[in-house]
Amino acid sequence: MWRVGTVVALHDETPTARSITLEVRDWPSHVAGQHVDVRLTASDGYTAVRSYSIASAPNSERRVELTVERLPDGEVSPYLTQTVAVGDRLELRGPIGGWFVWRPEQTDPIQLIAGGSGLVPLMAMIRSRALARSTAQFRLLYSVREPEAVFYRDELQALSDQDHSVSLTYAYTRATPKDWPRPPGRIDAALIANTSWPARLSPTCYVCGPTSFVESAAGLLIASGNTPDKIRTERFGPTGEKQ
Amino acid sequence: MTSYTYDYLDGNAAAGELSKIFVLDVTAAEGQCAHCGAIKHFAEAHVYMKGPGIVARCAVCEQVLLRLVDIRQRMLLDVRGMTYLSLETSQLEESS
Repeated sequence: MWRVGTVVALHDETPTARSITLEVRDWPSHVAGQHVDVRLTASDGYTAVRSYSIASAPNSERRVELTVERLPDGEVSPYLTQTVAVGDRLELRGPIGGWFVWRPEQTDPIQLIAGGSGLVPLMAMIRSRALARSTAQFRLLYSVREPEAVFYRDELQALSDQDHSVSLTYAYTRATPKDWPRPPGRIDAALIANTSWPARLSPTCYVCGPTSFVESAAGLLIASGNTPDKIRTERFGPTGEKQ
Repeated sequence: MTSYTYDYLDGNAAAGELSKIFVLDVTAAEGQCAHCGAIKHFAEAHVYMKGPGIVARCAVCEQVLLRLVDIRQRMLLDVRGMTYLSLETSQLEESS
C-alpha cells in the first residue's frame, strides 16, 4: 500500500513553499487533481501522515511532483520544505481521489478557483490540459496573499500567453503589485461576475483552498447561478494534521 | 480577523485512511444520509480529523455518516449514518 519515492529534484516556488519531484518505480500514473498521503517515520517508530496534492500532469516517467507550503507549527511540512534532499526516500500512499479530478476527455468550460496553495491540484489540471493538447476553455481565479506568494508564476504566464484558452486572474488579499487596479481583498461577487464563466455556459468549477475560502468561493458561485452539482471542492488545512 | 474558523475538511481528506479498507475510490462514491436522505458524493462530506479517529458528517444536515478509528492493530468502521454507498467499479480495470 505504501510506495517508496526517491526525491529527484527540488525547486523553491516561494520563500516558504518548495516543489519536490519524486520518482516512484511502481507508480500506476494519476489523474490531475488527485493527492497522495506522505508518511514520515521517526527513528523511534513515531509516524506522521499528511496529504499533499499532486502538482504534475500524468506522465510516463513515473514522476510525481508535490508543492508543499511550510506551516509555522507544522510537524511534516518544515521537514519537506527545508530538510529533504535529492536522493532521499519518502513513503507515499496513492494516488487518491476520483472526484476532484479533471480528465482530458472533458470538453466543457472549466472554472478553477484557488486559495493560496490550493492552486496545486488546479495546476496539475492546467498542466494536464497542455500536455494532452486539450482545447477545453480554462479560467483560473487565483486568490493569493501577495505577489511574492504566487506559485508557478512564469509557467502560468507562459501557458496563458501560448494559448488564449487559458485565462488568469490574480486576486491579491494583502498586498498587490504597484498600480494594480483592484485593492487588496478577498474574492467577492463582483470579481466572480467579471472574471469567471457565466453560469449559463454551465462550467465545471473546481475550488481548492482552506475550508473558509472554499465555503466562501463555492457560495459565491452558487449565488451567481451555478448549480451545486457543477462545483467540485477540496478543502485543506492544519485541521488535517493527525495527532 | 473577521474570518470564521471552520474545523472540518471534506471527504477527500479521509480517502487515504479509507483506502486501507476500500479497494475502490470513496470520494466519487455516492452515499445517502440516513438522517436527512440527501444523496451526495462522499468527497462532499464534512470530515473532522482532529480527534483520535475520523468523523464524516452530512454536508446538508451535519449528522454523522461515518466513523473510523484505527487503534492497536484494529480498525473500527461505523457506517450506520449512511443507508448506502454506491461505488464505481470501472477504475478496477484501469488500475489492474
